[in-house]
Amino acid sequence: MRALLIRELRLALRSGGGAGLGLAFFLIVVILVPFGVGPDSKILAKIAPGTLWIGALLACLLSLDRLFQADSEDGTLDILALSPLPLELLVAVKAFAHWLTTGLPLVIAAPVLAITLSLPGEVYFWLIASLAAGTPALSFIGAAGAAITVGVRRGGLLLSLLVLPLYIPTLIFGAKTATLAAEGGDPMPGLMLVLGLSLFTLALTPFAAAAALRSHLG
Amino acid sequence: MVLRGPNGAGKTTLLRVLAGLIPPQSGKVELRGIALENRDDYQDQITFAGHLDAIKPQLTVAENLRFWADLFDSKTFDQTLQEFRLSEIADRQAHTCSAGQKRRLGLARIAVTARPIWLLDEPTVSLDTETTAQFATLVDRHCAKGGMALIATHIDLALANATELRLEPLSAKARASLPESDPFLTGDWV
Repeated sequence: MRALLIRELRLALRSGGGAGLGLAFFLIVVILVPFGVGPDSKILAKIAPGTLWIGALLACLLSLDRLFQADSEDGTLDILALSPLPLELLVAVKAFAHWLTTGLPLVIAAPVLAITLSLPGEVYFWLIASLAAGTPALSFIGAAGAAITVGVRRGGLLLSLLVLPLYIPTLIFGAKTATLAAEGGDPMPGLMLVLGLSLFTLALTPFAAAAALRSHLG
Repeated sequence: MVLRGPNGAGKTTLLRVLAGLIPPQSGKVELRGIALENRDDYQDQITFAGHLDAIKPQLTVAENLRFWADLFDSKTFDQTLQEFRLSEIADRQAHTCSAGQKRRLGLARIAVTARPIWLLDEPTVSLDTETTAQFATLVDRHCAKGGMALIATHIDLALANATELRLEPLSAKARASLPESDPFLTGDWV
């Protein structure tokens, strides 16, 4: 299991891996927003949580379609299916590695980028907390989607269509947590809901993804 | 056991069914008394090598093999690396290796997983004659130790005590007379 995690991280960080891609996309989107919306710091502060959350969500989606496809194309998936690791655990490890290389850098970069959107100081904690609680859900839901579309050539579009509706609850509660904090409301229920969503997907999606992979192999 | 037959006869399909990667259309699969339905125990006896070598081009040769050794909990990593003459290219990135070297790395994975039943699909493609002969001795040694190997191949490996199984492709007529199994075409789905 550790071997798989190390390999996934190594692959993501080597050339051609997806680790830098999501982060770069996130940076570009968020930096472009002030140019598009204009320099009014009141408006920027108002849309900052939503912008950061949408940016993180799309950045996460960007590297998902290769999650199982690369392994399927070079025959690794066949061998992994025969390995002593259950397929469910394998999916969970891969999704976790995806979060470590895509979700976690976004959580770390978000507060820096929030400065360019003039987010008020007291909201930072809630923004980071909501992203940290919500991005695992993005990776795990995405893993199920990637497993379903693994046999489809250029399956990225289909993957987005499948996964985006499932992302919406996480997006709503995640962005609302930070927005509520900015407006002086109580952000705690929102954060709890995001965390609950993450735990729910963590428990459920590995089974869905493993079932999808089995039917692809068969 | 050597599996022979012209292209399209179903050698690869048979191997994949035996590996539990494709469910059989009819009939039963059982290895050493363990049925295919008991998937985990069944697959724990098997190592499978298909047309693809399952090599990550961004990793070095040693990293590729080390991953499989760790995943399958194997202790023979160093020994295998030497046996397959991979030591001198151990630090090379796999994408710079030749097709034959990649195949050798792919076959090294079989040895490192140390499972009793080997299912090999055209294992000697792009190997030179010397390595092919070496590989044949390896298979012989594995079988002498009580292992089993089912190999689909077009060349003569000169294996000791090998039985041959010949597959012939179904004629178009025989194919047409097969019962239709697609539920959408037979109307079973309603």
